[in-house]
Amino acid sequence: MKEVQVKKIPREKLNFWEETYLLPIFQGMSLTLKHLLKNISNTEQMPVLDYPLEKKTMPPGYRGKHRLTQRDDGTVKCVACMMCATVCPALCIHIEAAEHENPAIEKFPQVFDIDLLRCVYCGYCVEACPCDAIRMDSGVYTIFASKREDFVVHKEQLLNMQAQYPETARPKQGMPPLPNP
Amino acid sequence: MQRINELHPVNQDFEPEFYQDLHTDLMFLNLGPSHPASHGTLRTLVALDGETIMSAVCEIGYLHRGFEKTAENRTYDQVIPYTDRLNYVSAIMNNVGFAKAVEALIGVEITPRCMGLRVIVSELMRIVDHLVCIGANLVDIGALTNFWYLFNKREQLYDILDKLTGARLTNSFTRIGGLARDTYPGFEDEVLHVLKEFEIAVLDVLKLVARNKIFLSRTQGVGIISQADALSYGFTGPCLRATGIPYDLRKEFPYYGYENYQFEVPVGEVGDTYDRIMVRFEEITQSIKIVRQALKVLPGGPINSDDKRVSLPPKDQTYVNIEGLINHFKHIYEGIKIPPGEFYDATEAANGELGFYIVSDGSGNPYRVRCRPPCFTIFSAYPDLIEGGLIADAIATLGSINIIAGELER
Repeated sequence: MKEVQVKKIPREKLNFWEETYLLPIFQGMSLTLKHLLKNISNTEQMPVLDYPLEKKTMPPGYRGKHRLTQRDDGTVKCVACMMCATVCPALCIHIEAAEHENPAIEKFPQVFDIDLLRCVYCGYCVEACPCDAIRMDSGVYTIFASKREDFVVHKEQLLNMQAQYPETARPKQGMPPLPNP
Repeated sequence: MQRINELHPVNQDFEPEFYQDLHTDLMFLNLGPSHPASHGTLRTLVALDGETIMSAVCEIGYLHRGFEKTAENRTYDQVIPYTDRLNYVSAIMNNVGFAKAVEALIGVEITPRCMGLRVIVSELMRIVDHLVCIGANLVDIGALTNFWYLFNKREQLYDILDKLTGARLTNSFTRIGGLARDTYPGFEDEVLHVLKEFEIAVLDVLKLVARNKIFLSRTQGVGIISQADALSYGFTGPCLRATGIPYDLRKEFPYYGYENYQFEVPVGEVGDTYDRIMVRFEEITQSIKIVRQALKVLPGGPINSDDKRVSLPPKDQTYVNIEGLINHFKHIYEGIKIPPGEFYDATEAANGELGFYIVSDGSGNPYRVRCRPPCFTIFSAYPDLIEGGLIADAIATLGSINIIAGELER
């Protein structure tokens, strides 16, 4: 074992007043009282939220509930390449692909389901997507439903989610040009 | 279990002379598995004589999730979110440990900025882990106020992690060969601010407990383990250092430039609960020192290695360039290809040596991953630590050895 710089933890002897425990009571009480007064006089800085009434705003980049992005005409941007379903460590994405009427797009997801009870919110699907179709920038961190089936969100629900910070969302890139009809 | 059976003959109900003296009747009690004082789902079957623990047996496995088997069916990058759930109090340290083992197996050099950032977040997580451990331990022995003082400051760090990693608890921050994302503007200032807050919290709590007679009599001389026993059980981390052995992987086998940072290794003398708590307090102070030094010398540059084998191509390449797109597809569909071989690599996590033993057969998935959790060896000594003591001491001891069930049972 190497010689390293060590620091011994001291074991100090208590003096008479500390032995009686009377002095530490007052020292401790003065400290807690100081905290109490500080909190009462300035309630703003207390790290507490009235949760259901007041919700925390998540910073940009927070991995919240997923959403699917849209093309300019409102159709789904996803091309069903199955990258997100492959990379997902929790195997929570289920995609069924179908042929798109536009030959430049080729494929689109007929079914795009995410099981939110399986999802671990690691954000790998967002990293894996080669056409910026799935994002986790909705800022939604409360996920609730009354039935187990309702936690499986479908394509329409995912398309209707909004970005929390629309102005800072990544620019639209990687779209195949749509030929004019 | 055998020892319990020896102490408790099956047919004792038919032996009236056995009951002549009440003291000879042992009571059997389950501490846990679901009890607020047992940190996580830990079951301890104890034989009690009055309040004295005559014998104890531990049982684990209530939180077994099959991390090692699952890892065999995932690519190396996909294992990282699973490592979050090992020691969920300091998730990033597990990410770093696994990423470091895989990188060493491939032989990838990570960038200096990535090293610096990994040191910074690891040390911040070490502080948080110790804050949680000390806070919960003090609650166990009846000092609830300290818990709030420590947890309020932890909340401020979690706000930083929110912005930095995108999640509060299960961060999944590292990738093989780099990090998930770079820092945001203003990261340094916020970290320096929260370090100051940590110092205030530590001072506040020390003021309440360090010279408090009740705290000292509840912790000093409780749950003692000798140096020889600790070594033979395979202790690492603060629990080993509390017995007086200055063994720290950051000093013994320095990685990520730990040899360039000035810090001391705190050691105890006796190896009791008091030493373990105080070693953790001192480690918080030392970690604060390391983070300050690391922030000062944090270099610029990229965070991901430019090695095409491990890093995803940048998004602008993926979106417009066919080579980038194919690289991206191969990376995701087949995983990182690692040459056949086996490797053990360990980092100093908050609880001790966190090691990963990886066997690769040349495919994208690991053939076998074995995780060496620091808790596992420490918890095996728990019956020895508590036998002969009182139940209340057993609770105080359990808190001080910082058992995280997610890591213990994997």
